[in-house]
Amino acid sequence: MSAYLSIDRVGITFPTPKGPLEVLKDIKLDIAQGEVVSLIGHSGCGKSTVLNIVAGLLEASTGGVLLEEREVKSPGPDRAVVFQQHSLLPWLSVYDNVRLAVDQVFGRRKTRKERHEWTLHNLDLVHMGHALERRPSEISGGMKQRVGIARALAMEPKVLLMDEPFGALDSLTRTHMQDSLLEIQARLNNTVILITHDVDEAVLLSDRIVMMTNGPSATVGRILDVDLLRPRDRLALAEDPTYHHYRAEVVKFLHERHAPAVTQSARPARERPTLRLAANG
Amino acid sequence: MSNIDVTAKTYDLPWLAQAMDWLAGDGAERAAGGLIRHLLLPLVGIGLFLMLWAAAASQIQTSLGQLPGPTQVWSQSVALWGEHREERAREAAFNERIEQRVERAVASGASAEEIAKIRARGYTGAPTFVSQIWTSLVTVMVGFLLASLIAIPLGILCGMSAAVYAAVNPLIQVFKPVSPLAWLPLVTIIVSAVYVSEDPLMSKSFIISAMTVTLCCLWPTVINTTVGVATVDRDLMNVSRVLRLSWFKQTVKIILPSALPMIFTGLRLSLGIGWMVLIAAEMLAQNPGLGKFVWDEFQNGSSNSLARIMVAVFVIGFIGFALDRGMLLLQRRVSWDKTAVLR
Repeated sequence: MSAYLSIDRVGITFPTPKGPLEVLKDIKLDIAQGEVVSLIGHSGCGKSTVLNIVAGLLEASTGGVLLEEREVKSPGPDRAVVFQQHSLLPWLSVYDNVRLAVDQVFGRRKTRKERHEWTLHNLDLVHMGHALERRPSEISGGMKQRVGIARALAMEPKVLLMDEPFGALDSLTRTHMQDSLLEIQARLNNTVILITHDVDEAVLLSDRIVMMTNGPSATVGRILDVDLLRPRDRLALAEDPTYHHYRAEVVKFLHERHAPAVTQSARPARERPTLRLAANG
Repeated sequence: MSNIDVTAKTYDLPWLAQAMDWLAGDGAERAAGGLIRHLLLPLVGIGLFLMLWAAAASQIQTSLGQLPGPTQVWSQSVALWGEHREERAREAAFNERIEQRVERAVASGASAEEIAKIRARGYTGAPTFVSQIWTSLVTVMVGFLLASLIAIPLGILCGMSAAVYAAVNPLIQVFKPVSPLAWLPLVTIIVSAVYVSEDPLMSKSFIISAMTVTLCCLWPTVINTTVGVATVDRDLMNVSRVLRLSWFKQTVKIILPSALPMIFTGLRLSLGIGWMVLIAAEMLAQNPGLGKFVWDEFQNGSSNSLARIMVAVFVIGFIGFALDRGMLLLQRRVSWDKTAVLR
C-alpha cells in the first residue's frame, strides 16, 4: 500500500558559478490523507525547496513526488500554495483575487452563481467576508494572509502547501492565524504541509514534525509524532506536560544543529587541494 | 468638499485646491502655507524671469532690430490670434460664395458634374499659426499612437522571452540613439517611393512627419515595457503557474497590470521625445506644422519675426507640458496603485 502523498528519495542540485550545489539529498516522507506535517529546520536548509518540488514549481534532480500514485510534474491547483508574501494580485479586490482562482478551477464544473457563493463561502471561512471590495494595499498583513489562505482553500486542493505562511506577521496576529488554521483544519480535514521555523507553531498545528538537517545536502534528520488530541486548544496545551515534552524535543534537535556526519568529515578533504596548490606555488 | 476642489486635485492644480480650502475656511494656516508654495512662489519665479528677459532684451540689437521683450511677444500672440480669426472669416465668406454659386447653378439646371466642379474649388488661404498648431498636434498623436501600437506588443514579447530579447536588443540599442534628422531623408525618400496614390487620403508630408516621430518614439516604450514585463514578481508568476492560467490569461490578468506603471513611464518619455522630434522634422522638411511656422518666420525676417518665433517657442513648451500632464492623468486613471506618487 502506498501513501496518499509520497516524497520519494528526492534530491536537488543547482548549478552555481562554483560548480553544482546539492541542496537536498534523499528526502523521504510519506504523508497520509488529512495529516498535517510540519517541516522545520534552520533557515537556508532547503525547507521551501522541498515545498516547491511538491508544488511542481521546481523539478527534483533525483527521485520524485507521487500524489495518489501519480507523479507530480508541473504545478496545479490540486497542490495549492500559500506563499510567505501573500502574493495577492494588488490590482484586484479581495473578492476578485479569490474569484480568479475559483473561476480558473471550477469554470466548467460550477455555474456563475455557484462560483460566486463558493468565493464568498471561502472568504467567510477565514473571516474576511466584510472586506470583499478592498484592495490588498488597504488591508493588514494578517488579513492579506487570510485572503491568501482563502484563495488556496477555494481551489479544493488535495494537499495544501504553506510556505512559512505566518512568518512575516507580528506574534499576536500569528497566534490568531494559527487558531484560525486549527479551526479550519477541524472543519475541512485537509492534508497540509507546513513550512515553519517556529517551534510552538509546529507542535500546536501538526500531527508530525519533520526536522531537517542543515544544508548543503540537507535531508530528514528526525520525524516526531505529535500525539496530542484534536481539537487542540492553545491555553490548555500551555499547561500540558506532553506538549512541553514535544517542544523540548524539537528545540533540542534544532539546538544541536544537526548537520549530517558526512559533510563534517568531508571538510578537511575539501581543504587539502588548496594546501597542495600553496605548496606547488 | 466642493466639486471644484475635487476637480482641482484631480487635474493637479494644487494652488486652486489650496485656494478652495482657504475660501472654505478650513485649516486657514495650512492653506495659506500651501498657497505661498503653490501660487506665490511660482508667480515670483515667473515675474523674475520676465524682468530679466525684458532687461536683457533691451540690451541686445539683432539684424532684425531689438530683441523683443515680453510685451512685444504678447502683442504678437494677440496679433497671431487676430490673423487666425480673420483667415477663418475669409474662409467662411468664401464658402458662402461657393454655396451661392451652387444654388444659382442648381436653379439654372446645371448638371451634377458641373456642380461638383464648383464645389471642388476649396479655400486655399495660407495656414495660420493656430492651424499649424493643430496640424502638429494631429501629426504627433498619429505618430505616437502608431509607435505605441508597435512598441507595447514588442516590449511584451521581449520581456516574456529571453530569446526574443536577445534577438531584438542589439537593434534597439543601435536605433535608439539615432537623431530624427538622420531618419528624415530616408523616410522622405522611402515614403515618396512607396506612397504613390492618385487621390491621397493623407498628404505625403504628413506621413513623413508622422513616420519620423514613430521611429524616434518607439524606443523608450519598448525598453520600459520590456523591463516592466521581465520584472513581474516571481511569486505572482508562481500563482499563475499553480492556477494553470493559459498564456493569454496570464498576460492579461498578471503580466499587463503588473507592467502597466512601467509601460506608462515609457509612453510618457516617448510622447515627450515625439513632440521634440516633430518640431525638428517639420522645420527641416518644410512639412506643415509649428516647425515650419518657426522656419518661415526665420526666413521671412520681418521686424515681427523674432517675437513671433518666441510665441511659437512658448506654445511648443506649453503643448509639450500639456501632453505630459494628459498622459499623467491617464496614468492616474488606469493605475491600480493609488498610493504611488505619480509626478
